[in-house]
Amino acid sequence: MRSLLNVLVIVLSAALGLVLIGVILESPSPARVRLSEEVLMQIGASGVTHPVTAVLLNFRGYDTLLEVMVLLLALLGVLAQMGKQKRENPPAGFYLTEPRMQVLLWLARVLVPLMVLVAGYLLWAGGHQPGGAFQAGAVLAAAGVLLNLSGLLPSWMEPAWNLRAGLVSGLLVFLLIAAAVMMTASPGLLLQYPPASAGMLILLVETGLTLSLGLILAGLFLFLSGDAIDDEADK
Amino acid sequence: MSGALIYACAGAVLFVFGVTGLILLPHLLRKILAFNIMGSGVFLVLVGLGQRDGTPDPVPQAMVLTGIVVAVAATALALALVRRLLSLTGKIQFPEESEGLGRCWKNK
Repeated sequence: MRSLLNVLVIVLSAALGLVLIGVILESPSPARVRLSEEVLMQIGASGVTHPVTAVLLNFRGYDTLLEVMVLLLALLGVLAQMGKQKRENPPAGFYLTEPRMQVLLWLARVLVPLMVLVAGYLLWAGGHQPGGAFQAGAVLAAAGVLLNLSGLLPSWMEPAWNLRAGLVSGLLVFLLIAAAVMMTASPGLLLQYPPASAGMLILLVETGLTLSLGLILAGLFLFLSGDAIDDEADK
Repeated sequence: MSGALIYACAGAVLFVFGVTGLILLPHLLRKILAFNIMGSGVFLVLVGLGQRDGTPDPVPQAMVLTGIVVAVAATALALALVRRLLSLTGKIQFPEESEGLGRCWKNK
């Protein structure tokens, strides 16, 4: 019975795959709505010269705004799942005495400053070439994970006020700028930057986003890694 | 068939692999992996279809960029939930219908 069901699932999935491929191949090639041309026509008013950044932070800025909220919600979900019991943090550098960890330690110490530099460059490059807040935040988060894995940065337990402020800073900056623009430049319209100052505003939003995306993504790892499972202690 | 359409078709195949894995695999970590493969398939379809005219369309690319970050966050949340389930029931599987989660709570 069970294996019959499995075969049925596989057959239906194969049929679904064939239908999907058929739809992709049949789709009309010159699309009726050419969004890329629309973007290229309006890019002069967006304040940046790279089309993906223009779409992310100007034309569909509210998408990005909601995305940051989704990330914060996911982090809150992770925090809500953490065990309540307080545990002693392993001290920073607890691997330092082990000779076999020296390579990892050395690598982390050399790589992390470079990663911060790369994150800053990606943030700045986003205006005119591939890059931007998401890539920069991901690099920052990877630096945090590397520090944690090499034992230089302890896992996070309860976020203190400064960590909480960092986690929401991107969203707050975004909301403040959205509110300021709505009240002054374009009343009643969400995130309609005036073309003259759009570039500066986008860079400001991206800087806040880089910091808090880095902290949120690192937090998704560092909060989970600090909450070791010991179900014996639960019982 | 242009190169972009090959990417889109590969994305459809990945999506179907993911769906099949999500249904058939009982281990929850494998379900999460299958879910991620499904998501990657969708991203590949979006990016592939977005550049079938030869020039990449920035709108689906921006959507995929958003989607990747959200997928990472959703995966972390799913992993946190699986760990909670593990510490509650000692298993990384959904409980059978006869032994619902509610009973696990009561047994605590």
